[in-house]
Amino acid sequence: MKKIFLLVLCGLASAAIYAGGYRVSLQGQRSLAMGHTGVAMVNNAELAFFNPAGLVYLENKINVAVGASAVFSNVIWQNEEFGQMAETDSPVGTPFYAYFSYRANEWLTLGLSAYTPYGSSVEWPDDWAGSHLVNNIDLQAIYIQPLASVKISEKLSLGGGPIYVNGSVNFNRNLDRTLADVEGNRANVTVDASGVSAWGWSLGGMYSPTENLRFGVNYRSEIIMEAEGGDADFENIPNSPATPFADTQFDAALPLPAELTVGASYRFDKWTVAVDYNRNYWDVYNSLDIDFADAGIPDSDNPRNYKNSSIYRFGLQYWANETFTLRAGYYFDESPVQSGYFAPETPRNDSSNFTGGLSININDRFAIDASFLYSRFDEIEETYNPDPETFPDYEGVPFRGTFKSSAFVPGLGLTIKI
Amino acid sequence: MKNYFRYIAVLALGIVSCEPEFEDPIDEEGFYNNGEADFSNYVALGNSLTAGYANNALYISGQENSYPNILAQQFAVVQDTEGFRQPLVNDNTGGLVLGGQTIPGFDTRLVLSFDADGSNPSPQNYRGAQPITDVSTKLEGSFNNMGVPGAKSYQLAFPGYGDLSGLTTQPVTANPYFVRFASSPQTTVVQDALAQEPTFFSLWIGNNDVLGFAASGGVGVDQTGTFAGANPMEYFGTYGPNDITDPNAFAAVYGQMVQALSASTSGGVLINIPDVASVPYFTTVPVNAIPLDSQTATALNAQFAAYNDQILPGLMGLGLLSAEEVQARRITFTEGQNFVTLTDESLIDISQIIQGAPFNLDAQTAGLLGQLRQATVGDLIPLTSSGFLGTTVGGDPMMVNGVSVPLGDQHVLTTSEQEMIATATQRYNETIAALAEANGLGLVDANATLTRLASEGISFDAGTVTADFVTGGAFSLDGIHLTPRGYAIIANGIIDEINETYNSEVPKVNIGNYGTVTLSNDIQ
Repeated sequence: MKKIFLLVLCGLASAAIYAGGYRVSLQGQRSLAMGHTGVAMVNNAELAFFNPAGLVYLENKINVAVGASAVFSNVIWQNEEFGQMAETDSPVGTPFYAYFSYRANEWLTLGLSAYTPYGSSVEWPDDWAGSHLVNNIDLQAIYIQPLASVKISEKLSLGGGPIYVNGSVNFNRNLDRTLADVEGNRANVTVDASGVSAWGWSLGGMYSPTENLRFGVNYRSEIIMEAEGGDADFENIPNSPATPFADTQFDAALPLPAELTVGASYRFDKWTVAVDYNRNYWDVYNSLDIDFADAGIPDSDNPRNYKNSSIYRFGLQYWANETFTLRAGYYFDESPVQSGYFAPETPRNDSSNFTGGLSININDRFAIDASFLYSRFDEIEETYNPDPETFPDYEGVPFRGTFKSSAFVPGLGLTIKI
Repeated sequence: MKNYFRYIAVLALGIVSCEPEFEDPIDEEGFYNNGEADFSNYVALGNSLTAGYANNALYISGQENSYPNILAQQFAVVQDTEGFRQPLVNDNTGGLVLGGQTIPGFDTRLVLSFDADGSNPSPQNYRGAQPITDVSTKLEGSFNNMGVPGAKSYQLAFPGYGDLSGLTTQPVTANPYFVRFASSPQTTVVQDALAQEPTFFSLWIGNNDVLGFAASGGVGVDQTGTFAGANPMEYFGTYGPNDITDPNAFAAVYGQMVQALSASTSGGVLINIPDVASVPYFTTVPVNAIPLDSQTATALNAQFAAYNDQILPGLMGLGLLSAEEVQARRITFTEGQNFVTLTDESLIDISQIIQGAPFNLDAQTAGLLGQLRQATVGDLIPLTSSGFLGTTVGGDPMMVNGVSVPLGDQHVLTTSEQEMIATATQRYNETIAALAEANGLGLVDANATLTRLASEGISFDAGTVTADFVTGGAFSLDGIHLTPRGYAIIANGIIDEINETYNSEVPKVNIGNYGTVTLSNDIQ
């Protein structure tokens, strides 16, 4: 058990796509098992992510929650008109979290957290029909956040802190649908940037009018990851003055959008219900523009035109006995991807998500938290065909087909209370 | 702990069942429909166009984009097939080797090179590697793609066409491409095709029966009317490489092949012969390719003054030439673009007459003027002659090829030569259409497809494919054979015809996914 746990934990902090865009909602096994609710729950150190304002209400002096998930996610694509099909062979993503809180005094709790709320890892077969849009992408971002949680009154608290993000991106696509060298190898470019850092912040508030009823609100700011001087590696370029693609540097900016969460929870007897609403401000992701340092290489504009999206979350917890606590949940995840902008890099449509899990209290201090998530997508016929009026610089032809995604995510975590 | 392992096992099961699946996946039987045709073992017969030949050579990526291979991939979506084997050459360089030497006439592929500033595109032989495909290395097994570059109709049925020793005889009786994969020295292409027990076939043959004549500028003989129904193979043995095949002889040999193929298959398609004059090899070099300034034009006109004003009217006065003939033979130059001069074999040769009185010209001059005329808009100049036009003979500025020195027969496809080709092509196509009809086979009108490419073009999701040389997208740099995109257009035409003839539903391909010309400056 321990071995598996460590293996998962030590894996790279990548995650396949399975929430809207490249948002990866796996920031705590207890919360995830309840439909990833938690802005108004006081349960364990997962509050460091869901609502730092609640940390101050945790009973123990020191609280730790760590965990990781294994994301099994794939996408299939087919085009009926031309008899084409493809299937991703994406690596298993392993997003993780680690939260720590320490009660300094009656009204102040300090914390430290590390988590991976954004990421994407998609691998299509090289040179597949959509290879001019993407062959593979690996996007990783680790958030590290010191926290303070302050009790304003018995009923009201605030919490938050600055966020340091360190991320990397590796993206490969063919230059177009046909360009190849003499050997017939398709011309492609890999852009790679790592160690990209940026700052943001989050702030939450929690209000508990009665002992059993809580309200929460949490806001995490938008963070723009600006990759400067990343490496652009061009492969299989014909030896010709007409194709002047030499390896160079690039600049690009990728937004990690802001997220606002409001929610409530109510406890009666052994049961607790929770409802959360997320608003993700994806409209900042208008276009992924890659600016190559070499002036002879045309810049690459990749219109995205995302829209703001909402997620509706419902969770239920049942305290069975001293050892077992059972959880279940559901959430509906609106895709930020608009019709006509269905890029196979994040081919997401709306999804229905079913969660479940349990905690096993080993003793007073240690509990094992397990969860699973199953994301259900309808198959969808879509195109990537940016509107030429909105994106006059984009030169490409429509890419269409039927997509279907699936994701199954088991996760394990540990809660420590001292 | 045991419970945890059980939990993990349950999760693992869940993962297996959670792979995404379409409600109606295209690879499931019944999504498409093979109709009355059985594509499980498709065999293609033909020439270079069937082999995937392009840019004056056969190379792997060209073979991979041959229309039969494109078709086979689409068939495999519709139906379980036995695969599609092609006699792949050894590299993407092209060219053939025998005994360590490149076989003359089988050089490397053409690539499009540019000057350092990206201007002046020109087709050049790729020199990034040496040809390594040795034709004496026999390939094992049978091959679904029986396209043999260079083959004429009757050669598909010619025993010994794959005999290595026939490559070194005079005249050459074998074909180096077929030598590579013929099952035995005395087999025929048709025999090897039938031995595979094909369930479906395509046949595109006859192009070279006129193309040799055309590409040589009409140097060969039009054999139309020479076939007497005698032993065909003996009869064809008298043909030169650039002759036009007698349409009756074509009908005889083509008919036999179709009979044999359609008798043993569920069906097939016959692809007709495009008008060779519609390909960029003949339409790219303008017939008025000679730019002259006014001074040179005046000097040249003075040179031809006696010919225009005295000799030609004199011959008309003697009743040897009509007024139209005189008009056709007049040579005049103006400032700007000028029509080339040529020796037209269809004109009455006046060189003997003008050596006599009253003209008394010397033999050399008389030879130049004997069948001289200036080209008209109807004449075609082969692509390969573009480098010859405007060069001088021995550095003499007054001896300019195509101006003061008339082009030889091989540099111009005259209107009368074109008529011979068009007539023969039309008769081949009548034969092909009649045989398709009689045998219930599909008839693919490649002639109409290429004509359309040469006129309005064929549109696709990223523009329009045309027959324009280099830029049009349909033709490779040899101006005769197609690009992968051009072959994909042919494949789509065949699919249309198959679907109509056999009530099948085979999906077409997106021609935008197929490339055009290959760029490379590795030409030294």
